[in-house]
Order: sequence, then structure tokens, then C-alpha cells
Amino acid sequence: MFRSTRTRGAALFAGLLLTAGLAAPAHAEGSGSATLDAVRARGQLVCGVSTGVPGFSLPDSQGVTRGIDADGCRTIAAAALGDASKVKFVPLTTTNRFTALQSGEVDVLIRSTTWTLAREGNLGLEFAWVNYYDGTGFLVKKSSGVKSAKEMDGATICVQPGTSTELAIADYYRLNNMKFTPILIQDLPEIQNAFLSGRCDAYSTDGSALATFRFSQGPKADDLVLLPEIISKEPLGVMVRKGDDKWFDVARWSYVAALTAEENGVTSQNIDSFADSKVPDIRRLLGLEGELGKALGLDNKWAYNIVKQVGNYGEVWDRNITPMGMPRGINNLWNKGGLQYAPPMR
Amino acid sequence: MSETTADPRLTGPRAAPRKRIRLSWSDPVFRSIVWQMVVVGIVVAIVWYLTANTNRNLAARRIATGFAFLSRNAGIPIGESALPYDPAVNTYGRALLIGVLNTLRVAVVGIVLATILGTIIGIARLSHNWLVARLAAIYVEVLRDIPVLLQLLFWYLVLQSLPAPRQSLRIGDAVFLSNRGIKLPLLVWETAHTGALIGFLVGIVGTILFARRARRRQEATGSRPPVWPVALVLLLGLPAAIWGALGAPFAIELPVLRGFNFVGGGTVSPEYGALLMGLVLYTAAYIAEIVRSGIQAVAGGQWEAAGALGLSRWQVLRLIVLPQALRVIIPPMTSQYLNITKNSSLAVAIGYQDVVSIASTTLNQTGQAIEGIGLIMAVFLAISLSISLFMNWYNARIALVER
Repeated sequence: MFRSTRTRGAALFAGLLLTAGLAAPAHAEGSGSATLDAVRARGQLVCGVSTGVPGFSLPDSQGVTRGIDADGCRTIAAAALGDASKVKFVPLTTTNRFTALQSGEVDVLIRSTTWTLAREGNLGLEFAWVNYYDGTGFLVKKSSGVKSAKEMDGATICVQPGTSTELAIADYYRLNNMKFTPILIQDLPEIQNAFLSGRCDAYSTDGSALATFRFSQGPKADDLVLLPEIISKEPLGVMVRKGDDKWFDVARWSYVAALTAEENGVTSQNIDSFADSKVPDIRRLLGLEGELGKALGLDNKWAYNIVKQVGNYGEVWDRNITPMGMPRGINNLWNKGGLQYAPPMR
Repeated sequence: MSETTADPRLTGPRAAPRKRIRLSWSDPVFRSIVWQMVVVGIVVAIVWYLTANTNRNLAARRIATGFAFLSRNAGIPIGESALPYDPAVNTYGRALLIGVLNTLRVAVVGIVLATILGTIIGIARLSHNWLVARLAAIYVEVLRDIPVLLQLLFWYLVLQSLPAPRQSLRIGDAVFLSNRGIKLPLLVWETAHTGALIGFLVGIVGTILFARRARRRQEATGSRPPVWPVALVLLLGLPAAIWGALGAPFAIELPVLRGFNFVGGGTVSPEYGALLMGLVLYTAAYIAEIVRSGIQAVAGGQWEAAGALGLSRWQVLRLIVLPQALRVIIPPMTSQYLNITKNSSLAVAIGYQDVVSIASTTLNQTGQAIEGIGLIMAVFLAISLSISLFMNWYNARIALVER
């Protein structure tokens, strides 16, 4: 009796160790990408977004998350699943976003996150594409009379901790031999409150977020001034885990497809009229020719689904950013004076 | 019964039957050794498995590991710092050290203030004055029932809604109250002040020694030499004499409004102020209840007996009741002190840079979450164990000595 319970216990323990050991490296037959397989098995893309930045990702009155980052999630879902609506949005703060992606809680992180060397080098994550070229700016109150960031020696500045903004400001002040007092608050509404109540002289983050925040103030927007200095480069992008190159390709080329569609004038409205197009680029994009989808482990209609269901990059921009009163600027296509340049899809 | 034939059981040490471990399940010693080994084995296997699994996964995900980041250049700005800090040259290690000091600054000051306030309110709840007792009861019930995070946010909001620096509330030209914090005049520190401080510390030691001698004298002769004149001379006279002998320097640095903010003087930032206020007011409500229950735990006969000896109510409280109540008060007080320390980590919500705030910024910038969380846990464990050890020592010291 004694003996048998003991052996059973030992066997159970050994079994636990064994299954735990085997579970990790197990790869199912499939696309060759563990993440893509998991997304398909789940029937849903889990996408990390911000806790509420207008124009980037913010739930509207119906509870639907809107914004350029949210549409980025939909773009990838349309490519991977053929259905742009199959996205679960996970709001993340600036300090828990990387851990959420590292641990596999989200499949992809599109959270106005800046592409930097240290983040790719140390975090085990990599950037698939830049969906917004931004830069750190300062927002001040008109009543302070400040016209330039250079006048802000000794100022108190509200900034979110764990961001590249935080480091950019420290560098800028060091470079200009000035001093500042940081007020670091993680929660977005809290820090905006601190700025509006006058706890800080300036609120600093990506220029886009400042502009949309100013816009969201409605009639009081005129009391706030965006300073002319843009003190850093902040390419905001789409992040995935390292080690799943196929998934990286899916994320990157989904964006490229949306850009290519804009370059070729293909929109969600007119896409079906291109069914008998003679232009090779468009035929490849729509899956009428070649096997681009297959090369990524996707359906050949992947790019069609993206444009049909979400729209091309320009449409996504016009839907989310234009209403905030922001010009397209450097985010325009390369042949219109911007930086968005799609590598050839062939 | 002759002397030579003593009972062999009473002579010489009786040898216990030799215990020999038999390799058999029926031997309890052998059995217990086996079970101990099995338990240790399982614990080691689990720890080993978790560590190895973590390392393997970190390596597979190409996430940097180790504590080398502590000596790397930090680059993160810090608002409030007890040590000189420049993000350009100082390391993450120093940034975290500043975080630890900021946590201690809140915990230590918070514990002292909460104890004083809590004791006053606890005693007030037992007051014969109806109004005082009711007010204390209302304080306890209200403050205890609101989550502490909410209270912190409330105080932060209150401090933020003070006027801007240019319109700050002021007391003369010395104290300014604005949404940038409380600005206080600062004494310009010189060697004479350090001398006076040392004199004061010497005075404390001297007073304690004299009080001890006075007690021994009282126990021996029944008459107690008055302590307070000596204490007065040692605590006030000595520092004043040293300060005077070194030239009696006295200069005050006043805060002056310049540019965006005040320059000079000392500052209590709104973040620190809100955190301290929230934690002290909240914890004081619990401490008040502990003090009240401790006093009520002292048998009523003690009050009556002391009253019969002709002691005043205050004397009864100070000499008879509180020393006995302390034995009941100290153990639960320890957990309140631990609570105040742990609750200080809510600082993140209102932007005070304690060790949790700085460590989470660090782990975000370096990506080394496991090391960062490990450091936070180690810091809180060290602080909490120190408080526990001290309080246990004090508890043992005041424990009832039975004669």
C-alpha cells in the first residue's frame, strides 16, 4: 500500500516535469510561424495598444477602438485571418508594454512605440515597420508666454516614465546646458491633469500625441501652444518578438501592402474595379498573379483583404489623423515629399 | 541495606539504549530522514526547473540578463533626489539608490508622524469629553473606510489646485504655498550648527544616563532627584553654548521667485506632500484603534487602584496604563509600520519617484524585468525585515517581567 502510493506520487511528479519540459519546444505542423499558428488557432489577433491616445487608439462611443494604431492591428488581422474585425485590443501602459509582448500576452505591439537600438538589442523584440514618423515636442500654456524650448531653463516638465521622450528631454537639456525638474506620472489622464492644473510648465511627449491632446481640449485648445522645436526623432512602429521571422514578415508586409495600394491608387472603394487591371504591380497585390501570399504563409488574397476591409495607408491616415488637424507632413508617400516608401512587392 | 550494595540504577550515568538506524520502513528515524530528503529534493527540483526554464526562455527570446545594467549610464531624469544626480553621468545603480532613499524618506517620516497622530487620536477616542471622543471616532471610521490610493489621489489633486507660483499663498516673505509645493526658508548650514547638533546628541545621552542614576537612587533611598533641570541644561544649554562659542552664525536662505519657479530655500514637493499626508492620515486611523484597544485591554482595576493612590488622570495614563498597554500595542503596530512602508509604493500613481517608480522605469528602459522586480522585492524585504527585527527586539524588552 505504502509502496504503491509512493510510486504513483513519483510517477506523477516525473510526468509533470516531462510535460512541462515538452510543452515549450513543441511546434505544430503549420505555417512555420508559432505566432501565426496560434493566432489562427485562436481565430483572433491579440494586439497591444495604448490606454487611450486620440488618433492612435481610443475606444469611441460604441466601444470600438479607433485610430491609426488600432487600424494597424486590423491590417495584420485581415492579412493573417482574412477578417479585419477579429482583433482583441489589449490596452497597455508605457511601462508594461514590452513585458506583455515578451511574455506572449499580445501577438503584436502597436502602441506609438519608438524604434531604438537598445530596444531591439536588449528586449528581445524587433520593429517590423514604421507607421508614423514623429518627434518629441513641448506643449505649454499660452499664458506662460514661452515661445521656444530654449526659454525653458528651470522649467518643470510632465513626462511619462519609461518612454524614449524621457531620455530625449534629458539629452536636450544636457546639450543646451539647462536644468529641468521632471514630474513622472505613468497614468495618461493623471499626467495630463497635472499639466492642465499647472503642476508642470510643459507637457512633453511625441508631437502627434501633443497635437491630438490639444485638439481633444475643444474650445480650450487655443490656450495651449505647441512649441516649434522638435527635439528628437521618434519613428513609431509595429513591434514583434524576435525569433519568429515568419511572423515578423507578416507584420511588415501587411503594412507594405497598405502603402503599395496607396501608391497605386487602390482604395477600399475602388479595389474591385481593378479585377481586370493590366498593371503587374496591382495584379500581384490583388493576388491575381504570382504567389506573394503563399511566400508569407498567407492566403493569396491577403493584400486584397487588407485594402478591402481596412483601406490603404492614406485612407487609414485620413480617417484617424486628419480629423485631429494634423498635416500629413513627412508621413506622406516618398514621391510626394514624405518618408513612407514601400519596397517592391514581387 | 548496606552502602556497598547501592542500586545499580542510581549509580553512574544510565546509558540510553543505542539507537541504530536500520534501513527499514519500520524504523521511524530512517523514515523521517527519507521524507526530509524527498521534501528537500522536490523543493530543489522546482527551484532548479523554474530557474533553468526562465534562463532558457530568456535566451531563446534573446532578452539580456544579469545585473550589468546597474553600472550603465542611466539617462533617466529624477525629480527629487537626496543625492547629487545627473542623468548624463550617473548610473542606474545610483538612480535605484536614490529611489531607495526616497522610499525610506517617506517610510521613516511617515511612521513617526502616524505614530504620534494615531496615539493622540486613540487617546482622544477614550476622552471623557463627548465632542472630542466623537470627532476622533468619526476620523477613524471615515479615513479607515476609503481606499488609500483614492486618498493619495485626492491629496495630490488638492495640492495641485493651489495657485501658481506667482500667485502663491504666502506667510511673510518666507513660506510660499503653491502648486509647485511648499517653499520654506532654509538655514545656511555652518560648522557651528554641526557642533550644536553633536552637543544635542551628547545631551540626549547625558540625560538618559542621569535619569537612570536618578531611578537607581529612588529605588535605593526613596527620594528622586529632579531630572528636568539637568535635562534642560544638557539638551538646550550645551548646544547653545557650543553654537555661541563658534560665533553664533545665523543666516536664512529665503525662497525667491525667479523665472518659472522659486530658487533657494527648501521644498516639500506636492508629490512627496500628498504621499506623506495620505499615508500618515490613513495609517493613523488604524494606529488609533490599536492604541485604544491597548488602553482598554488594561484592567479597569488598574485605573481605580492608581486613582486611589491619588494620581491624576494624566499620571495614571502615563505611569500605569500606557506601559501596560504597550505590550498589547506593539505587535499589531509592527504590521502597521510594515503597511506604511509597503503602501509607499503607491507613489507611482502620483509621480513620486520611490524605488518602485525608478526600478520600473529602469526595467522599461533596459528591458530586464526579472532583475528589476527582483531588486524591488529585495529592497522591500530588507526594509520590512529591519522594521520587524527592531520591533521584535523592543517587544521583548518591554515584555512583562515576572518576579
